[in-house]
Amino acid sequence: MKSLNVELYRKMYLIRRAEEKIREHYLEDEMKTPMHMSMGEEAIAAGVCGALKSEDQILGTYRSHGIYLAKTMETDNFFAEMYGKITGTSKGKAGSMHLMSPEAGLICTSAIVGSHIPVSVGAAFANKLTGNKKVVAVFFGDGAIDEGVFWESLNFACLKKLPVIFICEDNGLAVHVPADERHGYKSIADIVRKFDCNVFESDSTDVEVIYNLTQDALKMMQKNGSPCFMYLKYYRYLEHVGVFEDFKAGYRSREEFDVWFKRDPVHFQRKKILQTLSENELLELEEAIDKQIENSLLFAQKSPLPEYTLAYEDVYA
Amino acid sequence: MIRTITYREAINEAMAQEMRRDPSVFVYGIDVADHKRIFGSSKNLVEEFGKDRCFSTPLSEDAMTGFGLGAALNGMRPVHVHMRVDFMLLAMNQLTNMIASYHYGTCGAFKIPMVIRAIIGRGWGQSWQHSKTLHSWFAHVPGLKVVMPSTPKDAKGMLISAIRDDNPVVFIEHRWLYDVIGEIDEKTDSLSLEGCQVLREGDDVTVVGVSWMNVEAVKAAEVMKKRGINIEVIDVRSISPFDHTTVIDSVKKTGHLIIGDYDWIHCGFGAEVATRVYDSCMKELKTPIIRLGFANAHCPCTRPLENEYYPNAINIIRAVEEKMKLPEADLSGEEFYSYEKKFKGPF
Repeated sequence: MKSLNVELYRKMYLIRRAEEKIREHYLEDEMKTPMHMSMGEEAIAAGVCGALKSEDQILGTYRSHGIYLAKTMETDNFFAEMYGKITGTSKGKAGSMHLMSPEAGLICTSAIVGSHIPVSVGAAFANKLTGNKKVVAVFFGDGAIDEGVFWESLNFACLKKLPVIFICEDNGLAVHVPADERHGYKSIADIVRKFDCNVFESDSTDVEVIYNLTQDALKMMQKNGSPCFMYLKYYRYLEHVGVFEDFKAGYRSREEFDVWFKRDPVHFQRKKILQTLSENELLELEEAIDKQIENSLLFAQKSPLPEYTLAYEDVYA
Repeated sequence: MIRTITYREAINEAMAQEMRRDPSVFVYGIDVADHKRIFGSSKNLVEEFGKDRCFSTPLSEDAMTGFGLGAALNGMRPVHVHMRVDFMLLAMNQLTNMIASYHYGTCGAFKIPMVIRAIIGRGWGQSWQHSKTLHSWFAHVPGLKVVMPSTPKDAKGMLISAIRDDNPVVFIEHRWLYDVIGEIDEKTDSLSLEGCQVLREGDDVTVVGVSWMNVEAVKAAEVMKKRGINIEVIDVRSISPFDHTTVIDSVKKTGHLIIGDYDWIHCGFGAEVATRVYDSCMKELKTPIIRLGFANAHCPCTRPLENEYYPNAINIIRAVEEKMKLPEADLSGEEFYSYEKKFKGPF
C-alpha cells in the first residue's frame, strides 16, 4: 500500500504543481488558451486513473488537466500545447480544452458538455466486440447530466452491457449555476440505480478511497457485465474558466471553500504518506516533480510555433 | 456480365459485400433490423451477420451518432442509417462539433471511417419534417464528405467506397430513387467519391442535377431532344469535396447553365456551383445562370401543393426555353413523374 499511496500522491502533486505553474505564468499572455482548472479534483483524477490499467481508455472534458497528467505523468507536450507550440499534444491546434495522448490511453477531451459520453459508449462497444478487455472511462461534470445525450448514452450502455465507467464529477456547479437551480430531483445516483448499472458514490477527498472505489467498480463490471456510474463530489477551487478565485462574484462563498480545503486532497495524502515516508524522501519526490515541471515549461517556451501550413493539414484522412 | 438492379438492391448489395469482406463493418440505426429493413436496403443483413453487426437502436440519434464516432476511433467501420435526413438534425452536435473535427484536432491520430446514410423523404404526404435534404449544411463543414448518388451503379460503387474511406461520409439517398432500375457490371466494385458524371451528352444547354433532379433533368432532355435541343445532364454525385471540372468543361461547350438543386435555393449548393462557374468561365456564359430548387417555404402535405414545392422536369424545360428564346411548348402529351407511380403509401 505504501508504494501505491506514494504513486497516487505523485499524480496529485504533479497536477497541483503544474496548475500552479500555469497560474504563475498565465498573465504573461503567452498561453493563449482558455484554462478550466482542475484544482480541487485531484483525488478523482489520480484515484480513477491510478486504478485503471495503462491500456484502458479515458475521455474527458474541457476541464481535463487533471486526468491528462494522471494518465500520462507527462508535462513536456502538455505545457507546449498550452503555449500553442509544435511540440504540443496536438501541435498547438487544440489547446487546453482538447488534450490527448492516445498512446497513454487518453483518447481526447471535448469542450461541448456531455459530448464525449456517447463516444465512450461506442469505444466500449468496439472493445467488447473485438474482445480486447479494455475498459473505457468517461469523465464529465454534473452539468452534463442535464444534457439529453447523457440519458441516451446511459440507456444504451446498460442495454448492451458495455464495459464503460461513467464518472460524474459533481462540483455542484454548471458554469455558475448551482444544482438546486437545475435539477428537478434530489439524487442522480438514485435515478441511475433504476438502470441496469452499477452505481458508486463518494464525497471523499481521499485518493485511496477513490482508487478502491474504482477497483470495486471494475470488479463489479467484470462480474455482472453492466456498466458503472461513479458519482463523485469535489469542490472547484477556481473560477469556471480562468486561473483566479472568484468568491467575490457572489454565487458561492469562501466559507464553502474553507470547509472543503480543510480536507484538500493533496494535503491529505501528503500527511498520510508521511506516516510511511521520511520528510526527506518526500521532499526528494516533490523536488523531482518540480524540476520536471520547470524543465517542461522551458521546453514549451523554447519550442517553435507551428508553420501556418499546419492550419490546413489533417482536415481529411 | 451486365445485369439490371434497383437502387434499393444496389445499396443492399454494397452493404452485404462490405460486411462480408471486413468484419469491422457494422450497420445500425432506428429500425435497421425490423421487418421493413429500411425500405429493403438492409434486407438479410441481420440473418447473415448477426445482431452484433446489424441492430436497431433506441430513438437516440444524438447518442447513436457519438456512439459511431467512438466505435470508429477504436477501429470499427460503422454505418449509421437514418430513415429521414430530418432526423439527423438531432445529431448535428456530434456530426459537426465532434465527428467532422476529430481527425483534424487529433492531428490524424484518429481516423473516423464512419458512414451516415440518410434518406430524403418525398411523396405521399411527408410534409415538412420528413422531406429535407440539407446537403449544403453538411457540405459546409470541413472534414465531412457528402455524396448523393442517383443511379444504382453509383449507389453500389460509392457506398462501397464510402465504407472503405477513412473519413466520415454522409451518404444521402432519395426515397424515390429506390425504385430506379439501372445497369450494373457484375464486377462493379468501389467507385470514386469525387467528381461528376455526365449522364447524357449535349451541346446546347448544361443542366447540373443533384440527386432526384437528375431523373427530372434526363426527362427534360428527352422532351427537348424532340425539339432539336440537346441538353447535357451532369450528375454532381459528390457535393463535398466538389470537383467542378466536368461542369466547367460543359459550360464552356454550351454557354448555358441551369442548376437543378434539390434543396432550398438561398445559401444553397447551387450558389456554390454558380460561383465556381463565374470564377472559371464567366465570359463564356451566353445567358445568366438559372438556379432551381425547393420553393422558399416548408414542404406541404397535400399533393398539388407538394408538386408545386418541388422543382421538376417542366421547370427545367421552361428554363431551357427561356435560355434558347423558344416559345413555351405544350407539354400536355408528355408523361412526367415516372417513378412516382411506383411509390405507394402508406408506410
